[in-house]
Amino acid sequence: MKLQIDVTKTQGNFTLQASATVEGHRTGLFGQSGCGKSTLVHLISGLVQPDRGEIVLDDLTLFSSAKNISLHPEQRRIAIVFQQAMLFPHLGVKANLLYGYKRCSTENRRIDPKAIIEVLQLAPLLKRGVNRLSGGEKQRVALGRAVLSNPRLLLMDEPLSALDDTLRFQIIPYLKSVSAEFGIPYLFISHSVLEMQLMTDQILVMKEGAITEKTTSDQLARNRMAGSQTGYLNLLALRNPVMENGLHRYPWGTGNLLISDGQADEPSLFELSSRDIILFKQHPEAISARNLLECTVKELFGSDGRIGAVLSANGETLVAEIVRSAADDLGITEGSTLFAAIKASSFRKLG
Amino acid sequence: MLQLAPEDTQAIMLSLKVAFTATLLSLPLGFATAWLMVFRSFRGKVLLEVLVNLPLTLPPVVIGYFLLLLLGRNGWAGKVLDTWGIHLVFTWKAAVIASATVGFPLLVRSIRLGMESIDRQLVQASRSLGASWFDTLLTVVLPLSLRGILAGSSLMFARSLGEFGATIIVAGNIPGLTQTIPLAIYDYASSPSSTMMALSLCIVAVVISVSVLFMHEMLGRNLEKKELL
Repeated sequence: MKLQIDVTKTQGNFTLQASATVEGHRTGLFGQSGCGKSTLVHLISGLVQPDRGEIVLDDLTLFSSAKNISLHPEQRRIAIVFQQAMLFPHLGVKANLLYGYKRCSTENRRIDPKAIIEVLQLAPLLKRGVNRLSGGEKQRVALGRAVLSNPRLLLMDEPLSALDDTLRFQIIPYLKSVSAEFGIPYLFISHSVLEMQLMTDQILVMKEGAITEKTTSDQLARNRMAGSQTGYLNLLALRNPVMENGLHRYPWGTGNLLISDGQADEPSLFELSSRDIILFKQHPEAISARNLLECTVKELFGSDGRIGAVLSANGETLVAEIVRSAADDLGITEGSTLFAAIKASSFRKLG
Repeated sequence: MLQLAPEDTQAIMLSLKVAFTATLLSLPLGFATAWLMVFRSFRGKVLLEVLVNLPLTLPPVVIGYFLLLLLGRNGWAGKVLDTWGIHLVFTWKAAVIASATVGFPLLVRSIRLGMESIDRQLVQASRSLGASWFDTLLTVVLPLSLRGILAGSSLMFARSLGEFGATIIVAGNIPGLTQTIPLAIYDYASSPSSTMMALSLCIVAVVISVSVLFMHEMLGRNLEKKELL
């Protein structure tokens, strides 16, 4: 997917002036609320017309004020997953799912409803009315409905914001698998760095109506490490734990991690804040933290006065955060060897 | 108990026919007007709003008089219709037009209320899923405005049954031809010996009105049940 945007739109006393080109299947649009993300979504989907400029998706010009082109939303084949599921309340689950599919021309119908129903596990919901679904179920149906319209691009406009934490991490695998399995590129819009890390590779950062930066999700998390309440979040996908003294021993790289939280039968995703990693210059004799990893400093980066240390341990990577004076005390340089202590309770299971 | 002369029965049937026709004819136009006012922005929207609501505040007699001027032999609409051999004034069709004009704002208001409660994102979702605006209108906006349409139709039907001022001017008060229930009651009321006749027609009017309201409630509840499924 290649999306070229260069548009201007004034609404009241807010002006959006965005210009960027992105390529790739998993793109993010990041910014605080009110920065114009939703306006940009409307412009790309054709629900609102730009005052001037051009929007090109792959080889198709969606809008061009110079060439006097403005495709209607229904001609663009860009589906939207909204914050609220926005299911049609007068239709059943099945009719909702097939709403876009029926309106998609036969030659564009690549995705079979049966496949989507299976991937999103919608079969038990089909006979129910849409008002009898939970928030997460509604969002799954909405996702299925959007994908079944066989779009060229899926716009996910903060699709997780209205869900609580548990549901959010239940939905994320669906969002990812649908795009990966059916090859639909998406633009994921959110103000959450964690969601960006989970859902996207490259990111456009929006601020006050302009696209100010093009970056990767990891770089974004690094840049915001010092300013964020939770620091940089290391994400670890772990599976097959063994119980040991009331803790879960998870295989991780060439070694193991001891974690309080855990689930035996399913793979789990854990977050570990960069602030929950304590660094030692030498091997401490005895500590209460259950994980002590020998690691090498791969890279150091600055973030608003803090220092981020990219550590290599067990063949895996972790980011730890320290203040500048601590860095001086430890004498950290790239390539130096350190010990990282992490409490078993510092790992937070997502979902 | 009820004392109904043959002319009275005709008046009742005519009232129902006029109210039914006026409501049915106004529905598509009322729906379109409500849609324009809710979903579209255009120049002169305020003007349209004032125009649509005008019959609500004007005395019906004034509306009737304007209609008479417009549809009469020398009115510009009357002249055009005349060339096609259509004469409306002092026929039951004129009563339909009078009722439709007077009841139209009520119809539009109710449909509008229904439409305003539709989440705009539902419309946007529909468009982004490949539906044209007309498709969206038929498959999303129309079904979700049904309650408003129903409420508006009941109101308009009831208002048409009671139409007097505009009707008497533009359609006259011809028994068996253009005499509706209110006009017949008016005739009876002016002669002291016909109290029972007037009262009988009044009872019929009450029964019809109550039935309309009941039907409105029942249909409304059915819709509500459906939505909860």
